Amino acid sequence: MSIVSVEKDYDRLSLTLIVEFDAAIERVWQLWADPRQLERWWGPPTHPATVVTHDLVPGGVVTYVLIGPDGAKSRGWWHVTSVEPPRSLGFIDGWANEDGTPNPEMPTTRVQAQLTERGPGTRMELRFLFESREHMEQLERWGAFDVLPQAVDQMDDVLTTDGGEEWEKSTYTSS
Amino acid sequence: MVVGEIAAEEIDLLFHALSDSTRRDILRRCIQDEPSVSRLADGYPMSFAAVQKHVALLERAGLVTKERRGREQLVRTAGDSVGRARRVLDELEADWRGRVERMADVLVEVPGA
Repeated sequence: MSIVSVEKDYDRLSLTLIVEFDAAIERVWQLWADPRQLERWWGPPTHPATVVTHDLVPGGVVTYVLIGPDGAKSRGWWHVTSVEPPRSLGFIDGWANEDGTPNPEMPTTRVQAQLTERGPGTRMELRFLFESREHMEQLERWGAFDVLPQAVDQMDDVLTTDGGEEWEKSTYTSS
Repeated sequence: MVVGEIAAEEIDLLFHALSDSTRRDILRRCIQDEPSVSRLADGYPMSFAAVQKHVALLERAGLVTKERRGREQLVRTAGDSVGRARRVLDELEADWRGRVERMADVLVEVPGA
């Protein structure tokens, strides 16, 4: 495995990571598509993951539990937005409450994985974007916060109108 | 989950701090000026203690800092939100570097079907 590039956009709070594996595309796809393989890499060694449900279809849900060294459980979920085996997978990753229901208070991350053949190996491009529905506009203005007092005024406008959907549209068509 | 727990908590605090119009107004004043808590309290139809509570929430979110000057406590913007955005992304990057390394291990250890 080699990391080809890492790009971070601090204004947009996005990250793009490109890696190459010495394995065929179908094999790399299994890392995502097989829950038993997924749980081997999803959690850090200190917090091993157990995948509870794994419905990898558009609109499907994946849920998992991370268990910490003290036995504390953190629950998380994916909302699968797009699946095209073995080439692409899109999902929103978020935290859940103890009963497994999504915790809307916590920020979510949109993840897009794109796989392409590269000789005998596979290139995987991962794109991450922080989002939290109605809060995301605020987050976008974070960077400008220190230098632009008017950003706070704009925040009030954003909070009184639903800017979330528009933001999502503009982001996904421009990037 | 992608976000490390510390970073997620930071974002949560920040969102919570910004979710209230009084707190946004306090923040706006602190950007323009360095008001004392008591001067801030004069501007709102609420108790000194209530305003102090709002300031404390903004402080916990890292948006303002308080500085004692004589008998007064001055409130100013902390100016670290860019640094926080950086840390959030750096942590995400570290998480996923770990994940792709483990992916490579799985590719070796688990025979392909």
